[in-house]
Amino acid sequence: MASGGAKSVVRFEQVTVSFDGAPALDDVSFEVFEGETRIILGAASSGKTVLLKTALGLVRPESGAVYLFGQNITHMTEQELFDIRSKVGMLFQESALFDSLTIKENVAYPLVNQKAIQCPLEDVDRRVKEALHFVELDQTLARFPSELSGGMRRRAAIARAVVTEPPLVLYDSPTAGLDPITAYTIMALVIKERDLANTTTLIVTHRFQDGLLTANFRYNPESGQLVPAHENGDPTRHRTKFIVMREAKIVFLGTQAELEAVTDSYISKFRRQGGG
Amino acid sequence: MPGFLVRIILAVQEFYTLTWSAIRNVFRRPHYSDDIILQMDYIGVGSMPIVVLTGFFSGAVMALQLARALARWGQQGQVGTAVAITLVRELGPALTSLMVAGRNASGMASEIGSMKVTEQIDAMRALGTDPVQKLVTPRLIATCVVLPLLTVIADFIGIFGGYVVAAGLLDLNGPRYWQTAWQALVWNDLTQGLLKPFVFAFVIALVGCFYGLRASGGTQGVGRATTQAMVTASVWIFILTFFLTRIFTSQLVSSS
Repeated sequence: MASGGAKSVVRFEQVTVSFDGAPALDDVSFEVFEGETRIILGAASSGKTVLLKTALGLVRPESGAVYLFGQNITHMTEQELFDIRSKVGMLFQESALFDSLTIKENVAYPLVNQKAIQCPLEDVDRRVKEALHFVELDQTLARFPSELSGGMRRRAAIARAVVTEPPLVLYDSPTAGLDPITAYTIMALVIKERDLANTTTLIVTHRFQDGLLTANFRYNPESGQLVPAHENGDPTRHRTKFIVMREAKIVFLGTQAELEAVTDSYISKFRRQGGG
Repeated sequence: MPGFLVRIILAVQEFYTLTWSAIRNVFRRPHYSDDIILQMDYIGVGSMPIVVLTGFFSGAVMALQLARALARWGQQGQVGTAVAITLVRELGPALTSLMVAGRNASGMASEIGSMKVTEQIDAMRALGTDPVQKLVTPRLIATCVVLPLLTVIADFIGIFGGYVVAAGLLDLNGPRYWQTAWQALVWNDLTQGLLKPFVFAFVIALVGCFYGLRASGGTQGVGRATTQAMVTASVWIFILTFFLTRIFTSQLVSSS
């Protein structure tokens, strides 16, 4: 599964999580290597968000083991987890920006609070501005999250997730509740971050077109646009795999071509929705 | 074991874990002093009007009622004594704490609950901050500092309210009112009058934060957490005030 001896970034080994007796993840196993992308599709309440939170150690598994950057995080204390979490950026579903802080303070938060980052205070301002420039939100520094539109909040949250330049970024439904044009802008940012910083990326979504875009397009730094990845020679296609979840279980894991060949009605439902 | 019993035991366990880590964090870095000061302002200064109002009127009502009762034995001059003792020992701490519980335990539950349901608590953990250290401990420290101070203010305003009624409405001797009020108080009264709000501060801050951190299920969940926090904190204030009074009165009996 590993391509060219790449390092394992996320590994789930028969992970089970349940809330009040109801399973949220049931015997889930998969592995993601450095520089790879996983698109996680699934209906509502199929366990997609819990999967991301478990990968970050926010939810503890009942059984099984979770490895992050080769370290077993299953039984780590919260203090130990803080160090390893500093290598992961996460975009939460509803952005989860802190209401009481300005956009600037929100984006600066991980730089100031993550001990492992050790960002000198004089650099914070510059890095915050760079991150906000990356998501094209230069003019919002002093504004509060409630003053921004849904799409702008999502972009600010992406800036906060990537400001520390983490090697792994987790996106929870980055396009949920957005109009198609804004959704495209957000996905373009996700791809831009993946291709410019060469991050390992996990994207939870219920929109197949998000997956298609991630698998088949790459960011062109010269034009600043997304361009189609070539059939051959471009690693984007090979590095992107799809996971389909249903009722807390992984029911499909494979490439786009394999996904398109599946006849199962639940899985093909996502394909139809994407128009692929 | 029945499901509801398991849930109760788990909730109690969760509450003790929260209490332990909130107290332990008082002695651990990082200290969020800005948040402590902000909370002191919000809980202390913000609760002043309501505490002053309830203090004044409870003292005034006590003076009206007790003057009538004491008149039967021709002891109307002792109104100051009765008002001071009732306020400092019981009504001051209990009423102030109930007001602050109504205002701040619910406020904490709704604020932290909203953060919980919008994943801001998860984001905090993801970004290297312990939510207990950042949210619960500053609220606990702030409440423990300001609630005894608010109680002192309520006690004084209450005794003043009693004076206004005694001197203004009942034509009693004003200086004598203050003299009897002052002489009535002993160290035991002051100790229990200050220890009670200190204990209640733990109840208010921890119950408020506990229900906030447990909130789930969107805005409806936040509403539920807010109500539960206020009701639970108020009920515990009533229960604990009984036990604390029992301890202090038995001390007085054994020492006399």
